[in-house]
Amino acid sequence: MNDRLIVSVSPHLHKDESVSKIMWMVVVSLIPAGIAGVFIFGVSALWVIILGVISALATEAALQKLTNRKITVLDGSAVLTGLLLAYNLPPEVPFWLPIVGSIFAVSIGKQVFGGLGQNIFNPALVGRVFLMASWPKYMTNFTKPFSVDAVTSATPLMALKEGGVGVLENISYLDLFLGKRGGCIGEVCILALVLGAAFLLIKGYISLRIPASYILTVGLFAFVFGPKGFFSGDWLFHILSGGLILGAFFMATDYVTSPLTRKGQLVFGIGCGLITAVIRLWGGYPEGVSYAILMMNAATPIIDRYTKSRIYGLK
Amino acid sequence: MKKLFNEFLKGIIKENPTFVLVLGLCPTLAVSVSVINGIGMGIAATFVLLGSNIIIAMLKNIIPDRIRIPCYIVVIATFVTINEMVMKAYSPALDRALGIYVPLIVVNCIVLGRAEAYASKHSVLNSFIDGLGMGVGFTLALILISGIREFLGAGKILGFTVVKGFEPAFVMGMPSGALLVIGLLLGFFNVLKNKKT
Repeated sequence: MNDRLIVSVSPHLHKDESVSKIMWMVVVSLIPAGIAGVFIFGVSALWVIILGVISALATEAALQKLTNRKITVLDGSAVLTGLLLAYNLPPEVPFWLPIVGSIFAVSIGKQVFGGLGQNIFNPALVGRVFLMASWPKYMTNFTKPFSVDAVTSATPLMALKEGGVGVLENISYLDLFLGKRGGCIGEVCILALVLGAAFLLIKGYISLRIPASYILTVGLFAFVFGPKGFFSGDWLFHILSGGLILGAFFMATDYVTSPLTRKGQLVFGIGCGLITAVIRLWGGYPEGVSYAILMMNAATPIIDRYTKSRIYGLK
Repeated sequence: MKKLFNEFLKGIIKENPTFVLVLGLCPTLAVSVSVINGIGMGIAATFVLLGSNIIIAMLKNIIPDRIRIPCYIVVIATFVTINEMVMKAYSPALDRALGIYVPLIVVNCIVLGRAEAYASKHSVLNSFIDGLGMGVGFTLALILISGIREFLGAGKILGFTVVKGFEPAFVMGMPSGALLVIGLLLGFFNVLKNKKT
């Protein structure tokens, strides 16, 4: 009886993947960056991560219960939102900041639109931008790496914006790559992020199109419009600093809020890169990754529309 | 009497200009930073609504149909000018806080909307009651929105600190905060309405 003929509509070939599994895999790939962040900034970073994740889960469960929908807390998407939001916070924030951020991210960023798959903007970034606009003094209070008593220090990009090019000389690329700099919890250790991203790329969960076009655009733009005239910029510094690697590999590639077509993904990445570079070089903020991704999220439907592939047989 | 009272009540609940008709959002978004501004704006708009509704209901048989909108605007603008001058004379602080939005009551769509949809078809007394209801409804909506925004955005209500140690979220004092609050309140009232029916 086992080999009964099953009659069903196509598709007949199934892959052993599901939304939930992919979400959990992305969470797993983010763990090395979290460990590196806790190692660099101390236990307070761990608390931020735990509070962010737990409150995201609680908000999701509460809202789904309140609106009589199926409770899908364990599909990994709420964990991912909370985790990414916590990675985007400085390590020494007051305890309520990740909680408020997660509640806002899950409720306004995601559940208001109807839950997973319906949201226009990346929920974690919605939460981050809300916190940034509401409590800027906590969101720009970065601590020095490996300091016991939480000495504040500027991130390399903040130093660049305030101090000019001279600041760059006492920052080595190796420190930037390993994460020995001020910054948000999850964005500092490029090595750990690249490990996680490589895992996702090898498993085929994300493609290189968005991250590569994003990072290359920022690098190229920073190189061309350098501080000492054209073609003199420090492109490697701009790629390694700020949240660019975290944003490009883990947030711009969000399935829900990025274009579906290949051409569209390239346009999306280049757009993100241009906005990020413009904000960094001439804008009021030292860093523009979150704003760039959110703006391109808003443009995603129109990108999809204009890069739609031709249906076979039509002119 | 009961009919008149219902006419008054509909402006507050069933046809609330902000939450049901979704009219006059520009001043609502702009001035709802603090409760005192909300009340000032609400009273100013109510005054203009009352005056224009009464005069237009009186003149409805004289005004030629084809040029009625310009005629309404002239009536409304008259009352807005009176209103602006009174405000400048007696509460210059409020006038400065509301700024350009006082003269802009001329183009507030609640006022013109009621003139066109109600006062041009009903008696003077009914129009007066309608204007009063709409004005009160608009004022209450403004107080609700600005109360939420002032509390979350500055930690105060009517200028008094309510909760000690509360860290206000600056975004609520910005235009984006106004859009958030209005959007969520609209959704909330729609949920309530759908539950009832």
